[in-house]
Amino acid sequence: MGIRERLSGNEAAAIAMKQINPDVVAAFPITPSTEIPQYFSTFVANGAVDTEFVAVESEHSAMSACIGAEAAGSRAMTATSANGLSLMWEMIYIASSLRLPIVLSLVNRAVSGPLNIHNDHSDAMGVRDAGWIMLFSENNQEAYDNTLMAHRIAENKNVLLPLMVCQDGFITSHSIENIELVEDEKVKEFVGEYHPEHYLLNKEEPIAVGPLDLQSYLFEHKAQQAEAMKAAKQVILDVAKDFEKMTGRKYGLFEEYKLDDAEIAIVCMNSTAGTTKFVVDNLREKGIKAGLLKIRVFRPFPVDEVANALSHLKAIAILDKADSLNAAGGALFEDVTSAMYVNNKHVPAINYVYGIGGRDTKADDIESVYNDLLEIVKTNKIDNPYRYLGLRREGDK
Amino acid sequence: MSEINSNTPMEKMTIGGDIYTAGNAMNFKTGDWRSSRPIFLSDKCKQCGLCFPVCPDNAIPVNKDQKREDFNYDYCKGCGVCAKTCPFGAIEMKEEGVE
Amino acid sequence: MAYNLKEIIATKPVRFTSGHRMCAGCGAPPVARHIMRALKPEDHAVVAVATGCMEVSTFIYPYTAWTDSFIHTAFECTAATLSGAEAAYVSMKKQGKLPKDGDTKFIAFGGDGGTYDIGLQSLSGAMERGHDMVYVCYDNGAYMNTGIQRSSATPKFADTTTSPAGSVIPGKMQSRKDLAKIMAGHHIPYVAQTIGYMNFKDLYEKAEKAIYTEGPAFLNVLAPCPRGWGYPTDMLMQINKLAVETCYWPLYEVVDGVYHITYKPAKKLPVEEFLKPQKRFKHLFKPGNEWMIEEFQKEVDKRWQELLDLEEITNKAE
Repeated sequence: MGIRERLSGNEAAAIAMKQINPDVVAAFPITPSTEIPQYFSTFVANGAVDTEFVAVESEHSAMSACIGAEAAGSRAMTATSANGLSLMWEMIYIASSLRLPIVLSLVNRAVSGPLNIHNDHSDAMGVRDAGWIMLFSENNQEAYDNTLMAHRIAENKNVLLPLMVCQDGFITSHSIENIELVEDEKVKEFVGEYHPEHYLLNKEEPIAVGPLDLQSYLFEHKAQQAEAMKAAKQVILDVAKDFEKMTGRKYGLFEEYKLDDAEIAIVCMNSTAGTTKFVVDNLREKGIKAGLLKIRVFRPFPVDEVANALSHLKAIAILDKADSLNAAGGALFEDVTSAMYVNNKHVPAINYVYGIGGRDTKADDIESVYNDLLEIVKTNKIDNPYRYLGLRREGDK
Repeated sequence: MSEINSNTPMEKMTIGGDIYTAGNAMNFKTGDWRSSRPIFLSDKCKQCGLCFPVCPDNAIPVNKDQKREDFNYDYCKGCGVCAKTCPFGAIEMKEEGVE
Repeated sequence: MAYNLKEIIATKPVRFTSGHRMCAGCGAPPVARHIMRALKPEDHAVVAVATGCMEVSTFIYPYTAWTDSFIHTAFECTAATLSGAEAAYVSMKKQGKLPKDGDTKFIAFGGDGGTYDIGLQSLSGAMERGHDMVYVCYDNGAYMNTGIQRSSATPKFADTTTSPAGSVIPGKMQSRKDLAKIMAGHHIPYVAQTIGYMNFKDLYEKAEKAIYTEGPAFLNVLAPCPRGWGYPTDMLMQINKLAVETCYWPLYEVVDGVYHITYKPAKKLPVEEFLKPQKRFKHLFKPGNEWMIEEFQKEVDKRWQELLDLEEITNKAE
């Protein structure tokens, strides 16, 4: 039952890729995801995979080559971070519009500028409307598991969208933790073979991909993408069920941690959830009914499910590890509050932008958020819904 | 699939804008772009072949006997490159619609 | 096998059809169609085209003018896109995921914008990595698709919409980049410069070599643009001829580093004969601007001589 190991998040992602054995990997190094193509190149050099590794000259070419490879009829994967994803940006949209189920391992890092190599989510948030399925991972185990589930979701006939698996740079990617791996044979069987219906290398049916799509057609093609994204939600849940059968590990659209009976809660993504769980446990010991909702599936955004899961709370704080610089609030805040609004659930909500550029977020910081929530519950007043956590300001104590 | 047009509902359109009928641009006629019309004077033609490859629109049919036939006016855009290329004056350009 | 134009056209399939929407008299379609004819009839191709005139007028949803598989992604990444498809082919073939019989060939087309400029990095990367593919640049010497803006392939003094011939600055002030030589500097097995000239023999034979040489190959093909160059539309073949006979556009190939000039004009014509029919050079013929034609001629002569020298040196080294 599984293989116990101790791996970093990058190793976990690379090993998942090895077990998936994609036909093509095209990647370009960038901190902190560099190790993924490094480990993978070693697998290629030692004949552990059948993959053609394309050592491209840029991330733009990495995504372009993945598009060419996937359209050709093969499975293509890549990995990147921050500015690498920024350079890919044009091709990120093209990958999804061409309906190619490419899988990308995104090791989250702050997008320049100024230059910073450490973790936040500004890279992922920059492509949140690009038509990719986006799964977030609290730790190495989740990064690994999400990667194993990725192709089953992306390649589903009702979906056919690219997918990125996010994990926090350094915090997850470079921290060695216990992990339970699935046996190679089981992974192979679980992931299955890729048999696209139409592909460039089918000489019996030559196809044309990537038209000039004018006023009469682009709207409908975009709406098809939107429908596929809606359809992805159920597919993600179905695949998670099969995954649970294989591993015993259960995944949903999000994880609710002590949320059932909670009165105050934090909504966040990736590794911060680990710290938050620790704080929730401490607060619970003090009799404070704190809870957590950890988003796993950020795209498609589980609008109704999130709204329902949060509806019974007295106050919630949404933590954004990227600032939208829009004078209104972070991306996750906007999605959560909008989900509540359209579902007619009225719960006082505040937003914290935190952890920018790898700023450490400690248990005390998270606890201060819960304290703020308690204050809101007590006073029934919100002075400023758009706040910072861990920012130095004049007059700080 | 080739019936896709600006009235086709989204559910019936190919996803991603892919086209599975390669070469179907043949269904799109460009002959109405023409403002002048090449006239093939077969008696002057020596079948030298110089006009065969120059047509941007492949509107000069060449048969199995390696001989050219009359223009395919469905596609000819009337650029006149063929007429200017012909060393024997076997192609004449005439204003379209003028007899 | 000796080149037989009539036989080739009568018997080989048309892989780039009628019904495309490039301008009347455009220099690119005859070139692209003839290059595609160089494929063996039994071979399948994956064609990638960069955003530009050729792409936006040959695959307008729902019509494609290509009978082989075709992909367009964006402007600057055609070589990278095709390299991915080629890698997929290598990988899947190796794993037995594709039928054993028949070959698939990989051919990219890009204009000078997508090749000399925005796509140069992607092209350089793909060539260096050694993918078995041909990249064809159809060089019309400016960004024609967006309305005749200067590129690094635009010849010196040309009047374009971003290098207009004004009262102070007389057109583009820089000479054109020599892309075929840059590609030769990649030490790939095959590089050639060619054109649709006379019976298209030079073009066809180079295309055939490029396609059937294992590894990366690059073809630079002059493809005049009547609108951008300002010559009468029907003059395509005359312009091509003048480009070659003046040595403005020398025809040569570089096979494993060895230069062969494939056509040497018996009597090199003065470059002004090539310039004269083109409106983009009209200002060069105004009184007082003789120096511009002289300078243009000098540059042509210098580059021609350099090519002759390269041919001599590299053949000696053989």
